[in-house]
Amino acid sequence: MRIGVPKEVHAGERRVATTPDVAAKLIKLGFTVAIESGAGAAADLDDDAFRAAGVEIVPDARTLWAESDVVLKVRGPEPHPGLGCHEADLLREGGMLASFLWPAQNPELLERLAARKGTVIAMDSVPRISRAQKLDTLSSMANIAGYRAVIEAAQHFGRFFTGQVTAAGKVPPAKVFIIGAGVAGLAAIGAANGMGAIVRAMDTRPEVKDQVKSLGAEFVEVDYKEEGSSTAGGYAKVMSEGYQAAQKATTAKQCQECDVVITTALIPGKPAPRLITAEMVQAMQPGSVIVDLAAEQGGNCELTVPGQVVVRHGVNIIGYTDLPSRMARQSSQLYGTNLLRLMEELCKAKDGVAVVNMEDEMIRGATVVKEGTITWPPPPISVSAAPQKPAAAAPAAKPEEKKPLVPAPVRKALFAAIGAYALYTLGAYAPAAFMSHFMVFVLACFVGYMVIWNVTPALHTPLMSVTNAISSIISIGALIQISSPGFWMTVLAGLALLLTSVNTIGGFAVTQRMLAMFRKSG
Amino acid sequence: MSFSEGLVTVSYIAATILFILSLGGLSSPETARRGNLYGMIGMAIAIIATILGPRVSSVMPIFIAMLIGGSIGGYAARTVKMTEMPELVAAMHSLVGLAAVLIGFANYWDSTIHFEGVEKAIHETEIYLGILIGAVTFSGSVIAFGKLSGRIGGKPMLLPGRHMINLTGLIVVIIVAKLFLGAESGVWGSFLLMIMTGIALAFGVHMVMAIGGADMPVVVSMLNSYSGWAAAATGFMLGNDLLIVTGALVGSSGAILSYIMCRAMNRHFIAVIAGGFGTGGGTAPAAGSGEPQGEVTPISAEETAEVLRQASKVIFVPGYGMAVAQAQHTVFEIQKALRERGIHVHFAIHPVAGRMPGHMNVLLAEAKVPYDIVAEMDEINHEFPETDVAMVIGANDIVNPGAQDDPGSPIAGMPVLEVWKAKTSIVMKRSMASGYAGVDNPLFYKENNRMLFGDAKKMLDEVLAALRAGG
Repeated sequence: MRIGVPKEVHAGERRVATTPDVAAKLIKLGFTVAIESGAGAAADLDDDAFRAAGVEIVPDARTLWAESDVVLKVRGPEPHPGLGCHEADLLREGGMLASFLWPAQNPELLERLAARKGTVIAMDSVPRISRAQKLDTLSSMANIAGYRAVIEAAQHFGRFFTGQVTAAGKVPPAKVFIIGAGVAGLAAIGAANGMGAIVRAMDTRPEVKDQVKSLGAEFVEVDYKEEGSSTAGGYAKVMSEGYQAAQKATTAKQCQECDVVITTALIPGKPAPRLITAEMVQAMQPGSVIVDLAAEQGGNCELTVPGQVVVRHGVNIIGYTDLPSRMARQSSQLYGTNLLRLMEELCKAKDGVAVVNMEDEMIRGATVVKEGTITWPPPPISVSAAPQKPAAAAPAAKPEEKKPLVPAPVRKALFAAIGAYALYTLGAYAPAAFMSHFMVFVLACFVGYMVIWNVTPALHTPLMSVTNAISSIISIGALIQISSPGFWMTVLAGLALLLTSVNTIGGFAVTQRMLAMFRKSG
Repeated sequence: MSFSEGLVTVSYIAATILFILSLGGLSSPETARRGNLYGMIGMAIAIIATILGPRVSSVMPIFIAMLIGGSIGGYAARTVKMTEMPELVAAMHSLVGLAAVLIGFANYWDSTIHFEGVEKAIHETEIYLGILIGAVTFSGSVIAFGKLSGRIGGKPMLLPGRHMINLTGLIVVIIVAKLFLGAESGVWGSFLLMIMTGIALAFGVHMVMAIGGADMPVVVSMLNSYSGWAAAATGFMLGNDLLIVTGALVGSSGAILSYIMCRAMNRHFIAVIAGGFGTGGGTAPAAGSGEPQGEVTPISAEETAEVLRQASKVIFVPGYGMAVAQAQHTVFEIQKALRERGIHVHFAIHPVAGRMPGHMNVLLAEAKVPYDIVAEMDEINHEFPETDVAMVIGANDIVNPGAQDDPGSPIAGMPVLEVWKAKTSIVMKRSMASGYAGVDNPLFYKENNRMLFGDAKKMLDEVLAALRAGG
């Protein structure tokens, strides 16, 4: 089958649905790949690079669409400015299309594509199940958007992100507040943290706290209890009024304290929640920056103007809706790879024939038109299906908790008392010579305790062999006794000395051999 | 030239300091070699000072004994394979134990030593304890050596009423101790000492026989600890501070290692020593927790290579299976091939992977894997969600999600490497048999898990060939 990749026609769109690397892998799957001349130019991928990967270059869009069995695109079909017709009508009869589509928002587009008797896969409708992660274009694009949001913020922010102490004075680090710790939010946390800023993040889902912390940010908690805030599918849901009030107070406080606010809060199928009001913007320091990643869905900030950077109350509010497209090369590569994974799923035989298997829940979910029939919305699937548990076993499996005979504090006191008594007896009856040895012994135990905890686990084997070698210090005992009178004494001590010598030499030598093997990379 | 008592003591102080520095040096691989050198110098100073000291008159037997012993030790150290390190360490522990027994007897029979009253009682207690610990160390290490080298089966041997046997042994040892302290004649005393030695030897055998293969790291480090306490007891017996300090250092080192190993398995030290993993009556039966069932998805070596090639971050999780198959060199080649492609490669080491603490680190180091990409469990566990491929090589229980999810599992609560959180996990295994704990592993049935069946070395060689062929 022939895969065609046209040039994107949406104004300002720089991405392209494949890259030379990805195309080469598609060809390996048995497909022929063609691309419209100049399709990758805006993403710094020229025709020659595609040609070198074995891709055919087609000079015009109409031919490309007409000759392709499968068309891969970034944006959904729209009126073609150059040809004066709608891209959907260019799809060959019975052809296949994979792109972003947003079927819920574009029902008439679905009709139009269905009229072409085509099969359409909406990359935005891939179900959120673990197996489908490799096709998850939303996550790959969100990741880029999050990163880029930080870069845009830094561009408009007049100070360093990282704190510095210079000869010209001390610079405090920038404080970055990120609302919504989804893929985009987490990517933004990582990027801002990497640039040295102090990063805080807030999310309605308490379960993302660990992820936020793992990326080096502080998790800002909203002081309000509300149960279960993520829906099946891992997105956030609309929260109660009480919660929203508490959240608003927290947000206002953080906005006032922070220099950069990045909002990523989205609820699928709904306008973006209004989290930042005009008053909050007013309270921010002049020169601060807000990056609103929800601009396309109306914005998390009241003052956001989608697609533009505006200055309100001295605060730069960035409402770009094309952040992934602003890193076209990176996003083309990730998007292209997502599409490659899709084609792999569709072409399991690797024979260059794409088969849409509607039994596969991942393919079923993403397919919105199948051979002219609209198949959207898909039947609900249960996400993260818990493995079936045998009904009877669950309660019985709990191990019985043993109750200690004596409560813990009493036991501790008891042990301390016994220890003290033992030491007292020892002190009262043992001779002074023994006690001085005993003191040395106890101190040595403590020194050992302190020293050994510092040993890195990687060196536990050498530690054992070296302590082994050292413990053959017992040979001193043999040495002292070897000169005592009596033949048997000499034999016994000699034998002991022989054994410990094996240990001394062997232990140190093998440790040396092992340690010589530990090396650093590079 | 000969040393006065004072000079000998000064030398001993120097040796003590050098020993502490030696152990301190092991805190990082950079300083470890210098640490080992300190240890050697310390040992040399201590031995030379003792030989030159006032209590040694005949040098010839010393010379002969050290020459023979040293040659054997040097030969063993040069020829031992890195996979056999646990055996070597166990064998060396047994030597220290035996030496402690011999020195104890020699000291008891030494006619030049005289004590009276309390001092005599204390001295004899010291002899008694020294021999006791030495004998347990000796026989325990011999059995551990046998188990580790495969000469004795790895399965725990559980005698009926084994706790009673141990308890009886302990009581008899205490009674014999009382008789021994009251013994008037040397002959009767020697006889009692020998009875105790016999019981201690039997106890050591019995204790280690009852412990399963997966618990060997605990046993090896525990015996390490015992060999130290034996040296310390000998030091008390001889009134020698150098021995006491060194013994205490080694003893606490082994004790801490045992503690770390036990914590890594979420088990009590006592429970390990009492023996028999998963066989005790205390744990809930494994069957009650629901057999994980489902389909396992096999994968071929070529597909594995493809999956690895597509990844951007790979974590290898080696286990005892890698040591058995001697696959570490192939693993090195694979990680090298992957790193040359710009793929991030790490190794995740569970504290009890292998048969002794740090076993996997040594094997990887032998294969020239740089130590800075080899991480401990706590360092790397949170990185699995961002990992594309987690490759498990001959490990089972340490990657069992049941330890976290299933409160009825015999290994419930044991910290494990969360390989199932990676996008794909590949488990290399010879067959579907369960691990040492005898627990089935739900990991194998997970949707994102693939099974690569076959001998680890052979399959990895094929993966490597496929990786290289793929250009």
